Amino acid sequence: MHIAEGFLPPLHAAAWTAVAAPFVVHGAREVVRQVRRDPESTLLLGAAGAFTFALSAVKLPSVTGSSSHPTGTGLGAVLFRPPVMALLGTVVLLFQALLLAHGGLTTLGANVFSMAVVGPWAGYAAFRLLRGAGSGLGPAVFAAMALADLLTYVTTSFQLALAFPDQESGFVGALSKFLSIFAVTQIPLALAEGFIGVLLFRVLTDTAAADLLRLGVLRPSEQVPPADGDVTATASGGVDEHAPSTTTPSTTAPSTTAQDSEGSR
Amino acid sequence: MSETLPTTVPADSPAGASRRRWGNLALFLAALALLAFPLVFGLGTVADGQEEPFAGTDSQATTEIQESDPDYTPWFEPWFEPGSGEIESGLFALQAALGAGVLGYVLGSLRTRRRLVGPGRTAHGVGPTAPGRP
Repeated sequence: MHIAEGFLPPLHAAAWTAVAAPFVVHGAREVVRQVRRDPESTLLLGAAGAFTFALSAVKLPSVTGSSSHPTGTGLGAVLFRPPVMALLGTVVLLFQALLLAHGGLTTLGANVFSMAVVGPWAGYAAFRLLRGAGSGLGPAVFAAMALADLLTYVTTSFQLALAFPDQESGFVGALSKFLSIFAVTQIPLALAEGFIGVLLFRVLTDTAAADLLRLGVLRPSEQVPPADGDVTATASGGVDEHAPSTTTPSTTAPSTTAQDSEGSR
Repeated sequence: MSETLPTTVPADSPAGASRRRWGNLALFLAALALLAFPLVFGLGTVADGQEEPFAGTDSQATTEIQESDPDYTPWFEPWFEPGSGEIESGLFALQAALGAGVLGYVLGSLRTRRRLVGPGRTAHGVGPTAPGRP
C-alpha cells in the first residue's frame, strides 16, 4: 500500500496530506491523553505500536503470485480506538519513507490516510458492530484485524485510480486494475493477520485481563479463570491490599487516582 | 456466542488450559498454512516488468502506472536510498526485529506481572471492573 515517492501528482499529494493531517494531530493528542489518563496502559500502547512496526516490515507471499505486507493496525484500533493508530501508523510510515525509500514524503499523506486512518477505523467499526451483535472476542478481533488490513489496500487502489484513471476505461477501469494488484493479493494475508490477531488477544486475555477490562475490550463475563500456577493467587482473594507490590510502588497513589477518576471524565 | 466462553471445561482445570494451548497452536498453524501455501505449490508468477516471482505489490503498482501513463514522471525522489537490495532487506529486518523485540518485551512483562501480582489486577491494585470508555 506504499505509494512510491513522487508517484502521486502534486495536487493529489497535497490534497491527501491535507486530509490526513488533522487525523494525525488528533491522534497525537489522543496518545498523550491516553498515557496521562491511564499510565498503566502504556505497555499495551507500546505493544500496539510494535505490532504495526513489525508486521508492516514483513513481505509475505500470496496466492496471486506476488507478495505484500500486512499492516497490524487492527490491534491498536481495538485496544485504544482508531485515533491512536493515526499517530502510531504515521511513525511507521515515516520510518519507512526516510530510511527504506519505501513510500515517500510526498505520498505520506495518502499512505497515512489508507493505513493509519481508514484501516484502523474499518477494523474498529467491524469490532464494535460484531461485539454489539453479541459476538465473542475471537470473531470480532479476527474481523477487525483482517478488515483493517484489507481496507487499507482497497483505499490505496482508490487513491491510485483517482490519480491515474485509465485512458479508455477511466476511473472504474483503473480501480479494477489496482484492486486486482492490491486487494486480491491481500485477502489471504488479511486472513492470516486475523488469525495472528486472535492468537495475540488470547494471550492478552490470559496475561492482561485487567487491562482489557479497563479498556472496555473484554467483558467481565469473558475473563478466563487463571490456568497454570496461579491457583494460589486467586485463592488468596479478590481484595488483598497487601499484595506484593514488586513493581514501582512509588507510583501507586497517583495511578490509582487516575483510574478512579477515569469514569467521571 | 461470547457468553459461553467459559465452556463446559473450566479453563482453570488442566484440561481447559491444555485445550487453550491447542487452540493457540491451531491459530498459529492456520496463519502459517495460509502463507506457506503459495510457496509450497509454487504459485509465484513473474508479473509485468518484474524479474522474480512474488514481486511486491507496491512495485507492481508503480510499473502499472508507468505503463498506462508513460508521460508521467515522478516529481520527487527519495532523499536516501539503501545502496542495494541486500542493504534494503537488512533495514527491513531491522524494522521487524525492533517491532518484534518490543512486542516480546511487553508480553513478557505482562506475563511476569501476572505471576507476581496475580490475575485480575494490575501492578497498582485491583483493576476496575467497570467497562466502557469515556
